Amino acid sequence: MGKRNKIYLILYALGIFVIPVFLRNNYHLMVLNVTALNIVVVIGLNLLIGYAGQISLGHAAFFGLGAYLSGILTTTYGFPVGPTMILAVLITGTVAYVIGIPTLKLEGHYLVMATLGFNIIVYIMMIQLDRVTGGPSGFAGIPPLRIGGFVFNSDRKIYYLFWTISVGVLLLSLNLIRSRVGRAMAALSHNEVAAKCAGIDTEKYKINLFACSAALASLAGSLYAHYITFISPGTFSIFYSLQIVTMVLVGGMGSLWGSVFGAFLLTLLPEFLHGVKDFSVLIHGLVLMGVLVFFPQGLFPGILQAWMRRRESVQAETAGGKGT
Amino acid sequence: MRADTYASNGSILEAQGVTLRFGGLEALNGLSLSLKPHQIVSIIGPNGAGKTTLLNAITGVYVPDSGDIVFRGQSIVGLKPFEIAALGISRTFQQTQLFSNMTVLENVMVGMHPRTRSGFLGGIFHLPGERKAEREIRERAESFLDFFNLVTKADRMPSHIFIAEQRRLEMARAMAGEPAILLLDEPAAGLNIQETETMGDLILKLKGNGQTIVLVEHNMHLVMGISDWLIVLHHGSKIGEGLPEAVQKDSRVVEAYLGR
Amino acid sequence: MSLASMVLQFIISGLTSGSTYALIAIGFSIIHNATGIVNFAQGEFVMLGGIGMISFYSFAKVPMLLAFFLTVFSVAVVGFLLERGPIRHAKSKEILVLVMITVGASIVIKGLSMVFWGKNPMTFPPFSGETPLLFLGAVVMPQSLWIFGITVSVVVALHYKYRRTMTGKAMRAVAASRRSALLIGIPVDRMILLSFTLSGSLGAVAGIILTPMTTASYDMGVMLGVKGFSAAILGGYGSMPGAVVGGLLLGVMESLAAGLISSEYKDALAFLLLLLVLFFRPSGLLGMGRLRRV
Repeated sequence: MGKRNKIYLILYALGIFVIPVFLRNNYHLMVLNVTALNIVVVIGLNLLIGYAGQISLGHAAFFGLGAYLSGILTTTYGFPVGPTMILAVLITGTVAYVIGIPTLKLEGHYLVMATLGFNIIVYIMMIQLDRVTGGPSGFAGIPPLRIGGFVFNSDRKIYYLFWTISVGVLLLSLNLIRSRVGRAMAALSHNEVAAKCAGIDTEKYKINLFACSAALASLAGSLYAHYITFISPGTFSIFYSLQIVTMVLVGGMGSLWGSVFGAFLLTLLPEFLHGVKDFSVLIHGLVLMGVLVFFPQGLFPGILQAWMRRRESVQAETAGGKGT
Repeated sequence: MRADTYASNGSILEAQGVTLRFGGLEALNGLSLSLKPHQIVSIIGPNGAGKTTLLNAITGVYVPDSGDIVFRGQSIVGLKPFEIAALGISRTFQQTQLFSNMTVLENVMVGMHPRTRSGFLGGIFHLPGERKAEREIRERAESFLDFFNLVTKADRMPSHIFIAEQRRLEMARAMAGEPAILLLDEPAAGLNIQETETMGDLILKLKGNGQTIVLVEHNMHLVMGISDWLIVLHHGSKIGEGLPEAVQKDSRVVEAYLGR
Repeated sequence: MSLASMVLQFIISGLTSGSTYALIAIGFSIIHNATGIVNFAQGEFVMLGGIGMISFYSFAKVPMLLAFFLTVFSVAVVGFLLERGPIRHAKSKEILVLVMITVGASIVIKGLSMVFWGKNPMTFPPFSGETPLLFLGAVVMPQSLWIFGITVSVVVALHYKYRRTMTGKAMRAVAASRRSALLIGIPVDRMILLSFTLSGSLGAVAGIILTPMTTASYDMGVMLGVKGFSAAILGGYGSMPGAVVGGLLLGVMESLAAGLISSEYKDALAFLLLLLVLFFRPSGLLGMGRLRRV
């Protein structure tokens, strides 16, 4: 993983696990819990966008599939929570694999439309299959998460669980990027023909990445369902797909730490803009456009670069001063 | 497949009546040729003769409309590029296609992909087997850099090294795949006389290690200097082949280059 | 009502909605031909057309014909601003980035609409009253006739423009090869700007003629946009006859499916068709087969 990343990760984890000591407000904990889940989804999506070079505007559908599969199977049919989550991940991953095969052969913007179309179809099904899903008014009574006798029924308990998972996913992804597989993915994202001729099975990697990113989104969706215990189609519309893509782009495609930054920024930002629920759509659009127009490589890398340049110019100044 | 498997006539690669059309244009027209191993075979011909198209057909980037390409006795038409690379054919490109988002060393490490196997699980969990494999990959990649005289640039980004070095890097990446045949597409393009000489020596050094090399080149000085065999293409078919001195004097070849 | 007249009814209502899909599809094609990007904000142009007309005609009490032209002009300006602003000034010229910028723009437009006009659906009265006409046993609303008529006029006018006028030929040249067009002195930048402005106008027209029949609200853009895109792909992306055929076909299929099978999944049909076409015949019904690719 590299020394630097290890240090950052340890500091990050320490910071994360210390925060609840200082937070009394359960609402704040909840926002951070949602942030943890968003990070999981965004990391998966970033691997897809940054390494397979495929933009998906439909990941809310996978998030929703995880949520509804977990919710329905445990509530209506009494399946146990843990195994159902694993089952939901497998099902969603398989669905993604199957639709990924034709989808990933499409050129960039057709792919975007196809994933968008897929999201809308799933959304419509969530609304129309109302006997199973509860329709537009949603689905309630989902059992909470539990390990053995221990039930995760408070925001604080959930905090430690979700953030363990979130930091874990980050750790595994950082490992992946530095591995042989990660190199192959970086190569394929940059120059597909050269990668193929160097012996990399690009189609296999793209599909697997797509399925994995869907699986991660599904996992987050299941966790979400068991946490909030109520889900409705509105949460899984294309707006959420756009939000997470924005988080990836803000953080910089291919930059995992950037994804963490993007998820934090865009989950917490609306909370700081009080009474602007109506403006949330507009603000998201402006952030997305702003980042794309002015920081296409990502806001996070842009900030880092600007900071680097200032440090260099300060050093140059002091060096120049010494010289005279 | 054993590394020494050749077709019954001793050729390592054969094209048999390969035809490839783009829209209405015939880029390769019933092309047939046969390559012997452990030699430097140069493919020459005027622009548009189909040289790069031939390389693309061999590496699976294009699929011929008819005809066959046989590598070590096995037909490879229809195989995907990565499968052909794994079987033992590596290439460089007319315009260098390096991975500019990773270092020089990492570019070579990618080249070793088909010869290594640590996978997804080893990767995400950083298992001991994977760690050991990574160390070995790194060491081996460094030895390739050494051969190609790029060790001092190991941690640079490809856009920050000279053209001649970028060419060598692409060759190093290709060689890292331990190919039976190395295809070089105009490696001397854009190089000055000194750099071209060095390139020629490097290619000869590779041949000295037993490497089979196919060279597509316009630089006749280089071609005549190092080739063991010449094949001349024109309008997608072979119009001549033989030892360099003989081909140079072949009237059909001269005509093709000067035009009628 | 006999089955035949019911089917005819569905077909007519399908042709009606299909005409608007066709207009939206043409809007997509124009921008794609000039720039190679998919303009995700196309659907929002439609929404602005509907809501704009309501603002001018119902709120500001401007006479209908004048309101029509004012609305089309205003949305054309929006298209103009979109190209001149974010698209022109984007630091990265990569197609995917530009496409995502249009996605951002569509959200911004939708967000602004939410803020200014609220979330409630609105409408304005049909152009010439609501007395239905009878045609071979099927009910036809007068607004449908307006929709057909206006769509046909627009398509004919565009056809004339592309074939006969210099600007039209210039735009076709840019579509064929930007570099060649530059070399022979065509102001490519201006053509691109024109394509955005034109698409804005087309979207607005589609929104205006559609609203009396279906109402307008801030979030109608997405569905219509994707449906229009489906229509464009169905008929062969980038071709105007393809967009028209695709639009009408989509509208009719949607209507028949809704009437004969199930109306709840009607919207899903367009997206399903989109996926099927993208997967199995991306060149569309009227398009040529794609060249072999790696």
